[in-house]
Amino acid sequence: MQLTGAQALVRSLEHQGVDVVFGLPGGAILPAYDPLLSSSLRHILVRHEQGAGHAAEGYAWATGRVGVCIATSGPGATNLVTALADAYMDSVPMVAITGQVPSALIGTDAFQEADITGITLPVTKHNELVTDADRIPAAIAEAFHVASTGRPGPVLVDLPKDILQAPMSWGSWPPAMELPGYQVPGPPDPEQIRAAAALLHQARRPVLYVGGGVIKADAHAELRQLAELARAPVTTTLMARGAFPDSHPLALGMPGMHGCYTAVAALQEADLVVALGARFDDRVTGRLADFAPRAKVVHVDIDPAEIGKNRTPDVPIIGDVRTVIAGMTRELAELVSSGGPPDTGGWTAAVDQWKQQFPLRYTQDADGPLKPQHVIERLSALTGGDAIVVSGVGQHQMHAAQHFSFTKPRSWINSGGLGTMGFAVPAAMGAQVGRPGDLVVAIDGDGCFQMTAQELATCAIEKLPIKVLIMNNGFLGMVRQWQELFYDERYSYVELGTAIPDYVKLAEAYGCVGLRCERADDVDAVLDKALAVTDVPTVVDFRVHDREGVFPMVPAGRPNDEIVLGPEFSADEQRAATRREVMAP
Amino acid sequence: MTTHTLSVLVENKPGVLAHVAGLFSRRAFNISSLAVGPTQDDQVSRMTIVVDGASTPVGQVTEQLNKLVRVLKVAEMHEDAAVERELALVKVRADPATRSQVLEVAAVFHAEIIDMSPATLVLEATSSPGKLDALLAMLEPYGVCELVRTGRVALARGAGSITDRSLAAVPASAS
Ligand SMILES: Cc1ncc(C[n+]2csc(CCOP(=O)(O)OP(=O)(O)O)c2C)c(N)n1
Ligand SMILES: [Mg+2]
Repeated sequence: MQLTGAQALVRSLEHQGVDVVFGLPGGAILPAYDPLLSSSLRHILVRHEQGAGHAAEGYAWATGRVGVCIATSGPGATNLVTALADAYMDSVPMVAITGQVPSALIGTDAFQEADITGITLPVTKHNELVTDADRIPAAIAEAFHVASTGRPGPVLVDLPKDILQAPMSWGSWPPAMELPGYQVPGPPDPEQIRAAAALLHQARRPVLYVGGGVIKADAHAELRQLAELARAPVTTTLMARGAFPDSHPLALGMPGMHGCYTAVAALQEADLVVALGARFDDRVTGRLADFAPRAKVVHVDIDPAEIGKNRTPDVPIIGDVRTVIAGMTRELAELVSSGGPPDTGGWTAAVDQWKQQFPLRYTQDADGPLKPQHVIERLSALTGGDAIVVSGVGQHQMHAAQHFSFTKPRSWINSGGLGTMGFAVPAAMGAQVGRPGDLVVAIDGDGCFQMTAQELATCAIEKLPIKVLIMNNGFLGMVRQWQELFYDERYSYVELGTAIPDYVKLAEAYGCVGLRCERADDVDAVLDKALAVTDVPTVVDFRVHDREGVFPMVPAGRPNDEIVLGPEFSADEQRAATRREVMAP
Repeated sequence: MTTHTLSVLVENKPGVLAHVAGLFSRRAFNISSLAVGPTQDDQVSRMTIVVDGASTPVGQVTEQLNKLVRVLKVAEMHEDAAVERELALVKVRADPATRSQVLEVAAVFHAEIIDMSPATLVLEATSSPGKLDALLAMLEPYGVCELVRTGRVALARGAGSITDRSLAAVPASAS
């Protein structure tokens, strides 16, 4: 069958099972927009291509499916770069389709020409400039395959305008893929799984260090079985919040720079750390040389390059983390049936004591300034954890990750690796598109919100009733906190002010409901009001305390043992926390 | 300086060199030399990359290279189990007074004279990297006007070939 390259593109996306694409057209991609109009695909017209990119990410986080965005050449394509880099750092499956100037003009500095495959080389899992219309189906099939298998990531397909217009012969679907150099790791090594199970059986102070890979592999059910059988506490990283219910007695909360004291301390004191789909990121390890100094390490990852990159494991296991966890559970069950359950009673008791002694702590005075932690805890309580929480980057992100009680996987979406301000609103939009029946709440900063707020227009027009809760502290709060702690309180260009813009009016101008809340007493009523809106987006301007910090905190580059509990704890408590009397197992 | 020699088979497609070079710069790996050329299979090119082992974790390099979609195979060539050669062209000052001495040096190192002017000689030398360095050290006092080296190429000794060896053989724990 004869088709144009553009028709082949759209048909390939349909065959690929794509139901929605986020995009914005322009000259070079115009040929593709024509068949798009009469296709089965839903196209969501964003207001900025960065929004399309983050929306595709939010969709992918929320659904586990590949998110798709589309943009024209030059500035359209470069506007996608931040989202691609974000997806690359957080291993988000995403396909970006960009128009390119006609083949004959490539390299001539033609109007709206940008070398987008060159630009995105270091921030994509793979990219390709297609030079033959007949290759379009294979290029698309390969893009989805590479994006979604192994360690997921973004793939960009660049399509010159003449290739989109050229005739091509459509064969059968699926097309033959030409990926001779692309390998997805095979089944994990059973020997190593057995070795890991044996370590878990012997360990007295084990910790399961759970990363985003567990969510991506849909391994939460297997994880719970393993944790309960191993009687091992579980810490879920910023990328893995929700992989293990926070309400579970074995849950430690989040580790790392702003992790719970108990999670940080447990890793430091552990005799065995089992890393599951986690990558020993510097925000988790603190100074690497001092991380979990007494622990043997089992490292499970689908990406062989992660194993040994930062910490050399005693037991390396390459493979799908769900398969590995299931295998470890099976092996451990045998050891338990012959040798009894792991002897971790002393350890879990010590951990429980830390939880009691050194919880996340903040003070909400009845007539005092509103605290962001209070807003988040009320949201958590009012929704029963039954929401998809999306965040920006900064203090509000850390407060949300700490204080919302996550119960389910894919209920927490954020920009972890790249730390992209402006992620929340468009990612929430994408999540809402992917999960129309679910409550999607963006917890955003006033600084972050202003970077991509224009997508409220898209949400209003598309009737996507996301909730955007702005923790309006009038500052680039996280930067302000660093200036307070490390630059002698010299506040250099971090004050945004709370009055401009007027977020309520801004929301209304975008066709959204706008609300404001300034007092702790009003939080529940305002949240109830916001949660009751189901047709358009709602923006709430929470005027929160501008001096509130995020604690605990391990200063960047310092050992985790130097964790600072913060102003809510006395000097005696800090000393006790630092000394950390460990029970002898 | 300890170096590692990696043989990298890649798809013979546009942009592949940029993918590989981009990986090295992004990950702050140091390349000492890089040689690229066709192979017996016209779909496949072979790169020989020499990395400085002290500054660059060779296991990581291998794993990261393996992740590039256009990279087909990566194998480390170990000095004792591979033949390694590099070609150099050297333009060295040689006036009538010093010419015979330079010719003597060339003869010892089996370097050929491929051009001559009243004031210079051009030597061609193909050799193992160490010998080449020795030759250059010998020529240095006469005055090297210009030097070009191809970078190292290598083949494993014996009957086997890189294409029939599994890459999974590189253990992750070695990185
Ligand atoms: C695009 C981008 N620019 C700059 C930063 C550096 N940065 C990290 S957090 C932060 C402050 C964010 O302010 P806001 O959204 O108000 O959140 P808050 O910390 O006040 O909760 C900044 C500027 C970043 N992460 N991303
Ligand atoms: Mg702020």
